[in-house]
Amino acid sequence: MPLQLTDKDQTMLNGDMGRAPQIAMRILTTMAEVYGAEELLDITSAHIDGVLYHGLSGLEFVQKLVEAEGQVVVPTTLNVGALDLMHPEAFQGTQQVADWARQTMLGYEQLGCQPIYTCAPYQTMARPKFGEQIAWAESNAIVFANSVLGARTQRYGDFIDICCALTGRAPNAGLHITENRRGQLLYQLTDIPEKLLHEDVLFPVLGYYIGANSGNNIPVIEGLHPDTTEDQLKALGAATASSGAVGLFHAIGITPEAETYNEAFQNSEPQQIIPITMKTLRDTRDNLATAPDGEINAVALGSPHFSVGEFEQLLPLVTAHPPHPDIEFIVCTNRIVLEVLKKRGWLAQLKSSGVTVIVDTCVVVTPIMRVKHGTLMTNSGKFAHYAPGNIGLSTVYGSLQECVRSAEIGKVWRDETLW
Amino acid sequence: MVNTIHGKIIVSGEAQGDILKLSEPLSLWGGLNPETGEITDRHHPNSGDNVTGKILVMPSGRGSSSASSILLEAVRQQKAPAGIILRETDGILALGAVVAREIYEVDLPVIVLNPNDYDALKSGQSIDITQDGSVSQTS
Repeated sequence: MPLQLTDKDQTMLNGDMGRAPQIAMRILTTMAEVYGAEELLDITSAHIDGVLYHGLSGLEFVQKLVEAEGQVVVPTTLNVGALDLMHPEAFQGTQQVADWARQTMLGYEQLGCQPIYTCAPYQTMARPKFGEQIAWAESNAIVFANSVLGARTQRYGDFIDICCALTGRAPNAGLHITENRRGQLLYQLTDIPEKLLHEDVLFPVLGYYIGANSGNNIPVIEGLHPDTTEDQLKALGAATASSGAVGLFHAIGITPEAETYNEAFQNSEPQQIIPITMKTLRDTRDNLATAPDGEINAVALGSPHFSVGEFEQLLPLVTAHPPHPDIEFIVCTNRIVLEVLKKRGWLAQLKSSGVTVIVDTCVVVTPIMRVKHGTLMTNSGKFAHYAPGNIGLSTVYGSLQECVRSAEIGKVWRDETLW
Repeated sequence: MVNTIHGKIIVSGEAQGDILKLSEPLSLWGGLNPETGEITDRHHPNSGDNVTGKILVMPSGRGSSSASSILLEAVRQQKAPAGIILRETDGILALGAVVAREIYEVDLPVIVLNPNDYDALKSGQSIDITQDGSVSQTS
């Protein structure tokens, strides 16, 4: 059936509600037909990835919407930009690019988007409820909203994200629809020791394997501990969306659409059962590194953006083991978490230990690190994946404690009890 | 290819140009330089070819959603293909083309052909794409 529009959709398309909704609706209706949607649906929030500068055309796009007097009609948050607007001197690109990047960010603010500039909006005020229909961009935010919160979004990207926000509508297709959220692949954890199931270091590795092996299918994980934390699920999801295109996963007994096996698969059977053994995990962990264990030059944490809880773990570690002065130690977070750090006096403690905290952006999307060559150590699957291609640093992967202890001595330190 | 063939219109528009047919899908993000139009994915069989002004024919899109941004940037720099013909629908390329029409008023038709018609297209042929989604050899 062809796309059916409501009277209000049609009014926007005709331009009777202004030029910006008209442009947005023209783009949306074209995309709805590409997706095979028969109608548009109402959304309750949007999250915008288009705010990251990729070229002048992205700026000209948002400026066109600003000139057309566009205003978002649902609560809309912004993903990272290319600048830390609170510490702009950290940007190392040209002044021209810095200006365009800033104008892109401010353009989206003029459209009424909330300038929280974070890839973890779900750990701030923007936390959709179970079953809410939303239009989110940024791969890790999408997978978290769908999987951990049970909200519903397609894997939106640049341009269409703001079109949804300006109209409050999205094509009713894909992951917006219950049947399309059915689990398809079953990943069974088999011989994983109980201790490792509680360790943060497991989750990016597990996610990285699942992302690379799931294609466009929805993975279901069986065997995780019931008290798996939100930050662990966040790290898992971000890794699935780095090595692959996962927009939704289920973890039986943990995530809200998978209280039972039957619920996860909507009473059908998995297309395939994939065992995950310690060998699988060790091999994947090794694949996350592009450099052997040895000297390191930098540590970067916070992809997705570090939460207050993660800083709470970091603080005693870096206080006891401050980074070596030659090692750049950088943590990416957002303004809301930064305020908490200031209030609690943690920011001063981190600084005096030699830790740099940046907000609004992240080290793999913009030239902000001082170290240009050598090896970066991280506890993030996403940083490990993108750093070699995007900023030319080799990577080593490790736990939070391994990262801190390695930074102290300038070479990789391993906790042999983990794996 | 002699007869006019009819494709499914993903994004409508008119275009004329020589076919550049890729044997494998290309991810524009990390695979196309929007400042030159050159295919820069060194693992791709058509690495080094230039898409500017061509009718880009490939099985499907591939890779990151940022491909739509790269296509738009190529349009801005006047290094984009004149049109795109695919065997499978691709939302990301369609999005780049439809935004190009909105922002730069540039026609960049995206057409999907059935496999037989798709196979009939060869690199170097000069073709026309019309508003109604038909594809024919330039006379």
